[in-house]
Amino acid sequence: MPDPLSQAFAALADPTRRDIVARLCAGDATVGELAAPYDVSLQAVSKHLKVLEGAGLVSRGRDAQRRPVHLEAEVFDLMTKWIERYRREAEARYQRLDAVLAQLDEHTTDPHEPTERGETA
Amino acid sequence: MTTTTTTTTKDGTTTIEAPADLPVIRMSREFRATPAQLVRAHTDADLFVRWVGPDGSEVRIDQWDPRTGGSWRYLNVVKGEEYGFRGCFHTVREDRLVQTFTWEGMPDGVSLETLSFEDLGDGRTRMLAESLVDRFETRDAILASGMEVGLNDGYARLDGLLDDGEV
Repeated sequence: MPDPLSQAFAALADPTRRDIVARLCAGDATVGELAAPYDVSLQAVSKHLKVLEGAGLVSRGRDAQRRPVHLEAEVFDLMTKWIERYRREAEARYQRLDAVLAQLDEHTTDPHEPTERGETA
Repeated sequence: MTTTTTTTTKDGTTTIEAPADLPVIRMSREFRATPAQLVRAHTDADLFVRWVGPDGSEVRIDQWDPRTGGSWRYLNVVKGEEYGFRGCFHTVREDRLVQTFTWEGMPDGVSLETLSFEDLGDGRTRMLAESLVDRFETRDAILASGMEVGLNDGYARLDGLLDDGEV
């Protein structure tokens, strides 16, 4: 069972679905409105919407006639937070690397001080 | 809000990108060091163990042959739990390191790690780190888990949201 984040990323791996999402940023839209710019059937667009809906990226309104498609912005915030978390972990690692490099630097600026293990940089 | 899975965050330090069209994680960061020093920090085992692991973990080198065609294996020890990682040094060069990377908990998964070092000329170097995996699901699982053990408590709330099925 894929986790929610993977589902969201997977749903957005398709360019048409990314485009649909981009257009929904401007506001809710019906399936017909969303399908208009594409050279594909309403059914094909509905299929894309089902994938987005399954991933929790969009929801459908209750209005039986129009059932407008609504973008669930919170999911994008979450994805951004996950990536930011990964980035912070990398940054913490690189700050430790900074400290190690700074010590290398001290050794190389003083030619009289031997390096820790007699190795050359 | 982002409308693609590409997100670039910058606070003057590490930038990250997860493109929508490739199962890749790209990071970029500048260091006050030469490319040769950065290569050394990645290939000298004694230096490497001092920075690679998450805080509070211990890194034990099991095998380390940092030359083109060589191989490596190390254990990350966190609270008594050992996590094994292994791979090959595919290319070891002054401006470029290419390694394979496998977490032994997922032995069929392998990523290709390419580090390139751009000399900025004033004692600074920009390091580009690219991780290429075979599937988007793998890339996203890596991003979601942080891959590293020892998760930051500050994000527990976010984990709770996922567990609660709120997303």
